[in-house]
Amino acid sequence: MSEVDQNQAGDTRRDFLKKTSLAAALSLTPITILKAADQKVDERFAELFEKIPLNLKVNNKPYNLKVEPRVTLLDLLREQLHLTGTKKGCDHGQCGACTVHVDGERINSCLSLAVMNEGKSITTIEGLANGNELHPMQAAFIKHDGFQCGYCTPGQIMSAVACVREGHANSRDEIREYMSGNICRCGAYPNIVDAIQEVKEKGGKV
Amino acid sequence: MIHQSKSHESAIGHVTGKAVYTDEQRPPVGMLSLYPVMAPHAHARIKTIDLSGAEEIDGYVTVITASDIPGINNTGVILADEILLPTEEISYWGQAVLWVVGETDIAAQRAAEQVKVEYEPLTAILSIADAIAADRFHGQPTQISRGAVETALAQSDHRLTGALEIQGQDHFYLETHTSWVIPDGEGHFQVYSSTQHPTETQAIVARVLGIAKNQVVVTCLRMGGGFGGKETQANPFAAVAAIAAYKTGQPVRVKLKREQDMILTGKRHAFLGQYEVGFTVEGQITALAVKLYADGGWSLDLSPPVLLRAMVHVDNAYYIPHLTVQGWIAKTHKVSNTAFRGFGGPQGMVVIEEVIDRVARALQLPPEEVRERNFYRGSGERNTTHYGQEIVDNRLDRIWQELLDRSNFSQRRSEIAQFNHTNVDKKRGLAITPVKFGISFNKVQYNQAGAFVLIYTDGSIQLNHGGTEMGQGLHTKMLQVAAKSLGVSLQRFRMMPTSTDKVPNTSATAASSGSDLNGQAVKDACEALKARLKPIAARLLELPEDTTLEFAEDWIYYTEDNARDNKRKITFEAVVQKAYDDRISLSATGYYRTPTIFWNPETGKGNPFYYFAYGAAVSEVEVDGLTGMFKLRQVDIVHDVGESLNPLIDRGQIEGGFVQGMGWLTMEELVWDDRGSLKTHAPSTYKIPTIREVPENFNVHLLQRAAQEGVIYGSKAVGEPPLMLAISVREAIREAIAAFGHHPARVALASPATPEKILTAIEQITAEVEIVS
Ligand code: FES
Ligand code: FES
Repeated sequence: MSEVDQNQAGDTRRDFLKKTSLAAALSLTPITILKAADQKVDERFAELFEKIPLNLKVNNKPYNLKVEPRVTLLDLLREQLHLTGTKKGCDHGQCGACTVHVDGERINSCLSLAVMNEGKSITTIEGLANGNELHPMQAAFIKHDGFQCGYCTPGQIMSAVACVREGHANSRDEIREYMSGNICRCGAYPNIVDAIQEVKEKGGKV
Repeated sequence: MIHQSKSHESAIGHVTGKAVYTDEQRPPVGMLSLYPVMAPHAHARIKTIDLSGAEEIDGYVTVITASDIPGINNTGVILADEILLPTEEISYWGQAVLWVVGETDIAAQRAAEQVKVEYEPLTAILSIADAIAADRFHGQPTQISRGAVETALAQSDHRLTGALEIQGQDHFYLETHTSWVIPDGEGHFQVYSSTQHPTETQAIVARVLGIAKNQVVVTCLRMGGGFGGKETQANPFAAVAAIAAYKTGQPVRVKLKREQDMILTGKRHAFLGQYEVGFTVEGQITALAVKLYADGGWSLDLSPPVLLRAMVHVDNAYYIPHLTVQGWIAKTHKVSNTAFRGFGGPQGMVVIEEVIDRVARALQLPPEEVRERNFYRGSGERNTTHYGQEIVDNRLDRIWQELLDRSNFSQRRSEIAQFNHTNVDKKRGLAITPVKFGISFNKVQYNQAGAFVLIYTDGSIQLNHGGTEMGQGLHTKMLQVAAKSLGVSLQRFRMMPTSTDKVPNTSATAASSGSDLNGQAVKDACEALKARLKPIAARLLELPEDTTLEFAEDWIYYTEDNARDNKRKITFEAVVQKAYDDRISLSATGYYRTPTIFWNPETGKGNPFYYFAYGAAVSEVEVDGLTGMFKLRQVDIVHDVGESLNPLIDRGQIEGGFVQGMGWLTMEELVWDDRGSLKTHAPSTYKIPTIREVPENFNVHLLQRAAQEGVIYGSKAVGEPPLMLAISVREAIREAIAAFGHHPARVALASPATPEKILTAIEQITAEVEIVS
């Protein structure tokens, strides 16, 4: 397993060059890069398997990491940082289980390469509560039984918090519209809407 | 705390992301990963395998092929017909030819992509129709029969024949299949698996390794959904990981990608139903002959009991005096189809509801009247199923009436007629359908369960039972049962992961039976412990040992004292500590087996079910005649869960089951191409219901005063029955389609009723109208 490199290893020139040659690759999707890399279509892609430095904050904790450019933010969180609260339901941006906040915006972390998040601040489900005090959305999900197996729940909650913050929780219909990217196979949907609506109506800080 | 809404025992873990699933444990040092090499043919012979490319990949460790299997290369559960790693023949598109072991996931994947396999393609059987034409079946046909169907059909006022294809369904549990196997170097294997049946996974791992079961421990922490898809389907992945762990001596992990999971694992069986029905002018069904063909796929898996459950649910709620149902399992070159919530029951019910609708439209009667007219009722033969079980405690009429009232059915029916009269492009439909679902495993041996309760000297307790948690709330209910039985608070308990070294020889957590069976076993263990603690408490209270005492609220009370405040009492902890001091055992096992059930497979008769679960649903839809899209406007449900152990959880099961059933019947379409390759293997192409498809008006009512005798605290099973309530959506869509025509004598509707299929149905009936006019 890869280890978190907490040492502040200064960027070498080679690293720097790699990072710049990466710029073109970053406009591609992770899947395209994976494919290209696997098939050795282009030698330049081979370089992408060498680790490059990455600085970011996760749940307010700064990390200085070395990651392979093709690693997604989701895999970085789960495999390297052992923050397994963020789930992998499809790895293709189609289920919402991997939703996290990047600088306050919700994204599917399986669609974002880790290295695209240089200097950014990530919040995952593990960083939502204030110590032992649950975030109001977490408390509302418990109160309204907004889950069964719990596997979609972290993504639902991260999405729900963003949905309220974006101002897209003004009616039940709007909630349903803006939460439709988060699949729940257990079908806890009615309770999820209840939970979000309650948080919105209470009007406290989310 | 029993019969109360108590949130899920892992609620905090789920909302904070701290609940640990199989793939989220702290990885052990040196853990390797597996990746499959999948065959691009549905049926083929393997000619050569070339590993040279893989061996050059950084992080490649080894491969696992049939020759690495120290034991038996077979994971079949009913029949040994399921080769784990093929040596010669590929039996379905995507089948794993071998697995590559890598230091990381990525290394294993990259190496797997370099493995070159040469195949010789063979002709593939890819549908039920192909299998019938080729006479290719698993085993012999089976039959259940009552009365003299041929004669009764001949004598009936009217007769109709028809056929219906029902498609399968992918489970799409959000957590894909995962197994971790950790060898200890002494020949023992610790398996962590997302399995609904740890005991069977243990047996299969032991079988492929060629070792005794006691050398293998299988633990299921919890699952991110199961729905039947992790009953047998977990076994091959655990088995491959175990072989890799055996070969390398290192811990090994397999975690399927979504598309692999969808391509490699079995699904709900597709069915073909053919029927001939005889009925009176009033719409009373007098005779029914049904042929059911289930698509079993390449191996047998659980197909026989799935087919059997379809055959014993082809009556649903209706008394049919002369009924013959015959069943076949088609052998195709597709994934081996398996358990899925309802286990064949839903397919059987869709067929009979189709038949009822045919009868109603042929006679121009409202379908709900024909349904009600044919209900089982009364006593004796009129209230007895075609397999000879009398329906004791029949609640159909009661639920039906209550739901008609609650949903305001008749008024809404006329409002909808009005709406349809004035709207050309959009039509609404309203339908009510019943569910009667038999509870118990058809396999009699499975109707037993065990539990193991350990009290520690500080008064804290560990609870073990044989059931697995997949979101259905079983662990929560078991904690409620234990807390009630021991008279202590829930905070005392730690629910332990399901593990074969705690409770051995368990049954699958399936057939909706989890709480019924394990609940009784938990209670049995707790009662045993109470019986040991009672005399000690009596002595501490200076009462005779046989005094009646009450265990409640963490105290043990002398019941004879009047006012509770003045009652003599002692704390649970004090009694536990004293028990230890007096050298009394503080751990106990519990056991339960369901009484009074039996089944004779030779005659197709028996009492296979301990009881029946009932429910009914009303759905209202609006169909857009231009796009074929429908909107589910309102759902009303009355469902019988007995005296609910936990209304919050039971409601969740009803809503979730309904939504899943609606997905199956209206949007989830599995598409294979003509080479047998699954084209719908991602959420982008395989559409399951999202939050948008769930109706805003979704009213679930639990039947009151409904205690079920002989079941744990008067409750009833709830996991599967609600799925079939969604048949009301299909029938409501049919009503709406009919409104586009002029009282059509038949509305043929495919399953799933996708927009495309709805348009086809509308075209058909409007075409018919034109011919008539
Ligand atoms: S895992 Fe990212 S959207 Fe499904
Ligand atoms: S709670 Fe199971 S998928 Fe949503």
